[in-house]
Amino acid sequence: MESVLGRYRNLIILVGVLFLQVLGLAVQVKRSGDASSTRLIRVWAVDLITPFERGLVWAQNGTSNIWHDYFFLRGVRAENRQLKEKIEQMRLEQVRLNEDATQAHRLQSLLAFKEQFIAKTVPAQVIGSSGSDLSRSIYIDKGENAGLKPDMAVITAGGIVGKVWIVYPSTSLVLMINDQSSGVGALLEKSRLQGVLRGTPDGELILERVMSDEQVAPGETVLSSGGDQIFPKGLPVGTVSRVSPGREMFLSIRVKPAADLNRIEEVLVVAEKQEREPAVAESGTRARAADILAQRLPSVPDKPAVAGTVPLKSAASGVSAPGLGASSKPQANAAGKPGTGTGEVLKKVVQKTAPADSANRGGTDSAASGSTTNSIPSSANPSSANPPAKPATAQPKPANPPANPQPATTDDSPH
Amino acid sequence: MPITYTSGEQIEVYRFSIPVTVGVPLLALFLQAFLPRRFPFFSIFDLPLLVTIFFAMARRNPISGLFTGAAIGLAQDMLGPYPIGIYGIAKTVVGFGASSLGAKLDVENAGARLLVTLGFYLVHQAVYFGVARYMVSLTLHWSWGHDLLAGLANAVVGVVLYFMLDKFKQRT
Repeated sequence: MESVLGRYRNLIILVGVLFLQVLGLAVQVKRSGDASSTRLIRVWAVDLITPFERGLVWAQNGTSNIWHDYFFLRGVRAENRQLKEKIEQMRLEQVRLNEDATQAHRLQSLLAFKEQFIAKTVPAQVIGSSGSDLSRSIYIDKGENAGLKPDMAVITAGGIVGKVWIVYPSTSLVLMINDQSSGVGALLEKSRLQGVLRGTPDGELILERVMSDEQVAPGETVLSSGGDQIFPKGLPVGTVSRVSPGREMFLSIRVKPAADLNRIEEVLVVAEKQEREPAVAESGTRARAADILAQRLPSVPDKPAVAGTVPLKSAASGVSAPGLGASSKPQANAAGKPGTGTGEVLKKVVQKTAPADSANRGGTDSAASGSTTNSIPSSANPSSANPPAKPATAQPKPANPPANPQPATTDDSPH
Repeated sequence: MPITYTSGEQIEVYRFSIPVTVGVPLLALFLQAFLPRRFPFFSIFDLPLLVTIFFAMARRNPISGLFTGAAIGLAQDMLGPYPIGIYGIAKTVVGFGASSLGAKLDVENAGARLLVTLGFYLVHQAVYFGVARYMVSLTLHWSWGHDLLAGLANAVVGVVLYFMLDKFKQRT
């Protein structure tokens, strides 16, 4: 017996070591790959490797910054000029987008939609990877100490990157969207078709669960749908690169990621999301759904009977002309100016209230840079607190509409 | 010197200092985690595997080889998102095989090292594929073209790396 054991000693030890590893693997698999069961030993390995990565990234960035910030400044003046011009163009664009956003928020508030805002983001730097070409994951230099938790979305300005998978004290492992075990709820921008975005073993992205009888064109933008409860809705995911018949009755849609997943250096972790009703409704500029729809359909002629409510609404928004009562204005408007219906009136309202609205959204816009969104308490609007008493007092004071962003004439008639 | 079948007495067995035994695998793991982010093509290489093969062949002791492979593989698993043990099992097999082969064959020259590394790379990939697919249910596609190319690239890098690591060898 002893001679047999001695003769096959190496083989027995090999089988024993393999058996132990297979056993450990089976336990982990049975626990559905829950990383918390192996957290302690993962922490050891990560703590051993990541300090060097962090140090090297720091040294690399320091050297690069010294070179680019102090020595290699050729063309900076011209670039600065171009950027200023671009800022001016973007400001104009922003005004237009603000108007659209305001209208969208009003509609959402009328329909009692809840919006998801990115309330707080944590910037982080990529310091390494898992070290395997069979998994797509990266390490970032922020962890529990920075308030990170598993399943937080990781994004860049270009698009979504992945989600926080395992959190360590000062680092986190991020599972990228092109890993084969990841899944993202996604929708196509134009057709609004929804599907599930999955990674492949080759590191590509495939949009699944889109029926084969749907029309999907290459080049179409793919956005996050928010259905996975991880990524906020509407973030860019990528563009459709190839469409081919897939398994069963579904299409196989290849997607080119919006963010360059192979060369990410900095990311933002969405540390906090807020769900609330659009802030526009609380700024005092209430609008009726019919008016907004009328604005969206300017070619539809106004009906006098329906347009009778317009002045009240306009007064509520603070733009009604002096001397025009609730009963006289609609007829004058509808009869005297057929081309300027409720849509035109409301358009003026929107233009005049846009600055106030955009100011309200300032907190949201700045959220991407890491600040917390300023919430507007719904009780702060006095006009909504006691609506029936106000309409009469508003009539004598419509002369200075922009200066009165909260006209007491808020129309609280049922929408 | 060509690959020859030799008796145990003819083959030299080497050992390494503790700093080298610990430091070289750690450096390999570090580079494997760090470089692919800067140079995406680098992900085709598997430095921990090359280090495993080197130590196993130099020590020529199957027990030592399998434990070296297990330790390096498990450490590599700890850095990844998947359950721990997939690389561990694959590198245990490679460590055992490489040291067993090193005990029987003279693998000191470049040609032998190239072939041995290519062969063990394919063994490693096959074991990894089997474990990942049938135990962890990961979806992997076996591609002979890709794996042969990657094996060749690893073998070339391995030959260079082995000659560098030869400097740390100590005769027993």
